[in-house]
Amino acid sequence: MKRHLIVVGNGMAGVACVEQILKLRHDFEITIFGDETHVNYNRILLSRVLAGEKSADDIVLNDIGWYRSNGIQARLGVRIENLDRDRRLVIDAQGQATPFDKLIIATGSSAFIPPIPGVEKKNVHVFRTLDDTRALLEKARKGCKAVVIGGGLLGLEAARGLQLRGCEVSVVHLMETLMERQLDPTGGAYLKRKIESLGIRVMLPQQTQALLGNGRVDGLRFASGEELEADLVVIAAGIKPNVDLARKAGLEVRRGIVVNDHMVTSDPNIHAVGECTEHRGQTFGLVAPLMEQGKALAAAITGNEGPAFTGSTSATKLKIMGVEIFSAGSIDDSAPGVETVRYEDPSLGIYKKLLLKNNRLEGVILVGDVSEERHYTGWLREETNLAPHRKHLLFPPPAEDAGLEIAEMPDSEVICGCNGVTKGTIIDAIHSSGIGTLSELKKCTRASTSCGSCTNLCEQLLRAVASDFQEETRTTLCSCVPFSYEQLREIMRGQQLKSVQEVLNVYGNGKGCEVCKPALSYMLDMLWCGDHEEDRSARFINDRVHANIQKDGTFSVVPRMRGGVTSADELRRIADVADKYKIPMVKVTGSQRIDLLGVKKADLPHVWADLGMPSGQAYTKGVRMVKTCVGTEFCRFGVQDSTRAGIELEQRLENLFTPHKVKMGAVGCPRNCAEATVKDIGMIGQDGSWQIVVGGAAGKSVRKADLLITVETTELALEACELFFQYYRENGNYLERTYDFVERLGIEKIRKETVYAAEPEKKKLLDRLKRSKALAKDAWLERETPAHATQFVQIEAIDKTEKAIL
Amino acid sequence: MISQSNWLRVTPSENIPSLEGRSVQIGGREIAIFNLHGRFVTIENKCPHKGGPLCDGIVSGTTVVCPLHGWRFDLDTGLAVRASLPACVTTFPTRVEDGVILVDIDHGSRIESEETAASSLAQIRLQD
Ligand code: SRM
Ligand SMILES: Cc1cc2nc3c(=O)[nH]c(=O)nc-3n(C[C@H](O)[C@H](O)[C@H](O)COP(=O)(O)OP(=O)(O)OC[C@H]3O[C@@H](n4cnc5c(N)ncnc54)[C@H](O)[C@@H]3O)c2cc1C
Ligand code: SF4
Ligand code: FES
Repeated sequence: MKRHLIVVGNGMAGVACVEQILKLRHDFEITIFGDETHVNYNRILLSRVLAGEKSADDIVLNDIGWYRSNGIQARLGVRIENLDRDRRLVIDAQGQATPFDKLIIATGSSAFIPPIPGVEKKNVHVFRTLDDTRALLEKARKGCKAVVIGGGLLGLEAARGLQLRGCEVSVVHLMETLMERQLDPTGGAYLKRKIESLGIRVMLPQQTQALLGNGRVDGLRFASGEELEADLVVIAAGIKPNVDLARKAGLEVRRGIVVNDHMVTSDPNIHAVGECTEHRGQTFGLVAPLMEQGKALAAAITGNEGPAFTGSTSATKLKIMGVEIFSAGSIDDSAPGVETVRYEDPSLGIYKKLLLKNNRLEGVILVGDVSEERHYTGWLREETNLAPHRKHLLFPPPAEDAGLEIAEMPDSEVICGCNGVTKGTIIDAIHSSGIGTLSELKKCTRASTSCGSCTNLCEQLLRAVASDFQEETRTTLCSCVPFSYEQLREIMRGQQLKSVQEVLNVYGNGKGCEVCKPALSYMLDMLWCGDHEEDRSARFINDRVHANIQKDGTFSVVPRMRGGVTSADELRRIADVADKYKIPMVKVTGSQRIDLLGVKKADLPHVWADLGMPSGQAYTKGVRMVKTCVGTEFCRFGVQDSTRAGIELEQRLENLFTPHKVKMGAVGCPRNCAEATVKDIGMIGQDGSWQIVVGGAAGKSVRKADLLITVETTELALEACELFFQYYRENGNYLERTYDFVERLGIEKIRKETVYAAEPEKKKLLDRLKRSKALAKDAWLERETPAHATQFVQIEAIDKTEKAIL
Repeated sequence: MISQSNWLRVTPSENIPSLEGRSVQIGGREIAIFNLHGRFVTIENKCPHKGGPLCDGIVSGTTVVCPLHGWRFDLDTGLAVRASLPACVTTFPTRVEDGVILVDIDHGSRIESEETAASSLAQIRLQD
């Protein structure tokens, strides 16, 4: 007969331990009791749910199918109140008893609520469970004054989450510095500055004496006598292990339930795991050691030879985008024999400190740059002799080969600290299960499913090892600002951010790169319709000087020639310019216009002035041209005036920027002489109507455009083009051409949200387009009002070099 | 022979906007001066890949990205960052005095050793 194993606590440690048991040979029938009504979820990521980066569904670790398919009985929403050790029964809140042969207590901990008068008032919350998070999300409104009591990891993450929801947030902390258990005072001061730069108020040291308000909280009073207004209070003052059940049953309990190296309590039939335990005098508040405990417990309870739990070094990482904090090991530098190695750069906000003893790493604090974090955890765990590394303790020599870092790691090195997955395990999984993508790897090994900080490494490893490695479509813009396009648009709008540097400072690494800076520039321009701080240093050179850079560093000039129609006068001016500036090549382009190639940067403004024609935007992600055919004006088959319609369309959209270039075409009949069916937007004339097609391509890929709508009048046709154009501007990802955009969203959805949208929605789209258009100007006018005095000028040195040659 | 430093006055610092670069012809060579939030650094204005004008690149932290094919160089050391091949550009000592940028054009330094130079050339040929 099978033995009955009961687990009390359906949280991270308990369920992870059951997962380990399932991997081993065992004869248990398993029942898990959990007083939360949810299946096992990733508690670590609650901060991300609060911040709006993830939904409740995203953080589920084991769905109900998992319990079913493993034959586990899940009793959710059931609280175990008592434990009858003699009769081996657990008794729930309703008094119902269930017998067990073996019991695992995995009750975790609860938020510690300090005895401050007023904590029972309405709108005073804690932050521990999914239900807590949901309650907070309901209350956190724009403009709401939120106060977080506690400046530790949890408090800061809660504060940031609430702020991203639009609250005005203050953090009140009892101690002199933030996260004092993980950081020294200098590190704490760096952290404080960073948190304040996000717009969160930090009040230190400040002891809360009472929560004020009549039933509902409306403020705090401090020991200093000062008061602070508050609509919402979150208490994040620490945790206390849930030991009542064990204590009532007479198990040995100190701060936590006392366990040995095999996670056995003072009763040999009862094990405990997770935050509720105390091992060798230590309690735990982070996931990584709990996973180790789970492995030891699983081995012991199934009678398999396995690892014992002998303690673990703690490593903490703050999960706030743009605020990089890492701390591990002991931070006590007053201990005898401890020497410290430090580096500080106040303007970059970087602070690193290593504590060494006998050439072994004792502890580490990283603020502002945690890129080397993994080395340090390795050194701590392995107790590596650092004598040979002394020169590179803070800045390891740059790896020249991208795969080197991976190649240097031993197979036993842990890549995913949360789930304890080693390099060797991952490589085995890749080969034995033919894994090619990160999500397959996650499913198979659980690596990178908890806090996510090893995602990069897992990807590198996949790239190095998997024969059919596939990059997954990136949902985040870039590692400098690790948010999706949608989130970024929301953030910029919500937080009223109007410059690239601001976005990078608050949500990114403060630096940015050639990938994210132009993308952010585009998004700002699109969102604020030109009413933002234009930062030329964030733009590619083409957009700094409004011309296309050539292989020799000169530029090409393509004036706008709407609809491909020109005049003798224009052609004469072009010819004169070509002569005057000795332009090496004048070429008819593939887009029905003329290109002057090989122009020097310093000549650009003069060339534009002499041409007297507007910019054709051939250098930028913006409106290129509308190719047209001769239509009803001259062609014997023409049924629509495509030339005039094309010129009109070009005029309505020119000078606007788009996620990628937009090329259009208008043709007078379905013979399609100007190739409208392979353009981003095409107008195809028919007898008495226009077909509007979108998402066509004939470049790197060839794609026939999808029909958006057929309309009767030219005005409606132009409006349909405008609707699609603005919709693409707002929803396209930077560098996503319409051919990818239309496939990503699907033409049905696009129709529904543009041409078939309700009138008010259409009007809104068109109004935003109009606002942008009203502020858009011909970039070549910068010849008269340059963005910077040396925008086009070739700088002449003051000292000539003759002196130097002497 | 001991070479003396030869600081040449180049241009008022406000001629180079923050986080941008500008090129200057001086001493028979073309250099690119960058403004890193008020700190000025100088490198030769020629990408070792195919001669791209580095002054026109996007600055990212203390690196610049060549506008032609995206090689990245550290502005302080001149070393290519994370390119698959070892490559570098010359850097020149730079300082600001009375609002004017001075560059010591005779004391450019290159970090590469002869052997990395040879192998980088070989690899560039391979890429072509
Ligand atoms: C000048 C021109 C070729 C010509 O001599 O005719 C040209 C020149 C360049 N094309 Fe093009 N394309 C030119 C018409 C086209 C066309 C034909 C058209 O517009 O009908 C296409 C196919 C349609 C399309 O856009 O898909 C075309 C598809 C591309 C592509 C592939 C885009 C794609 O996603 O499929 C690129 C690369 C890119 O954008 O990523 C590109 C990029 C380029 C760049 C900008 C490469 C670069 O980044 O430096 C070339 C600039 C050369 C220079 O030094 O100035 N060019 N290019 C044409 C300028 C048109 C104009 O008046 O603005
Ligand atoms: C917002 C937040 C962010 C965090 N961030 C990190 C991080 O970045 N890194 C990190 O390592 N750790 C982090 N942690 C800590 C981590 O979540 C915990 O260490 C981990 O969840 C502990 O696992 P556990 O199983 O011991 O406890 P829990 O996950 O709390 O599970 C215990 C479960 O048992 C239930 N229970 C308790 N008593 C009973 C009973 N009598 N009957 C039935 N059920 C009961 C509880 O309701 C709970 O569901 C964070 C925690 C929070 C709240
Ligand atoms: S096809 Fe376009 S991108 Fe390619 S060489 Fe010709 S102009 Fe340049
Ligand atoms: S010339 Fe600089 S990257 Fe090619």
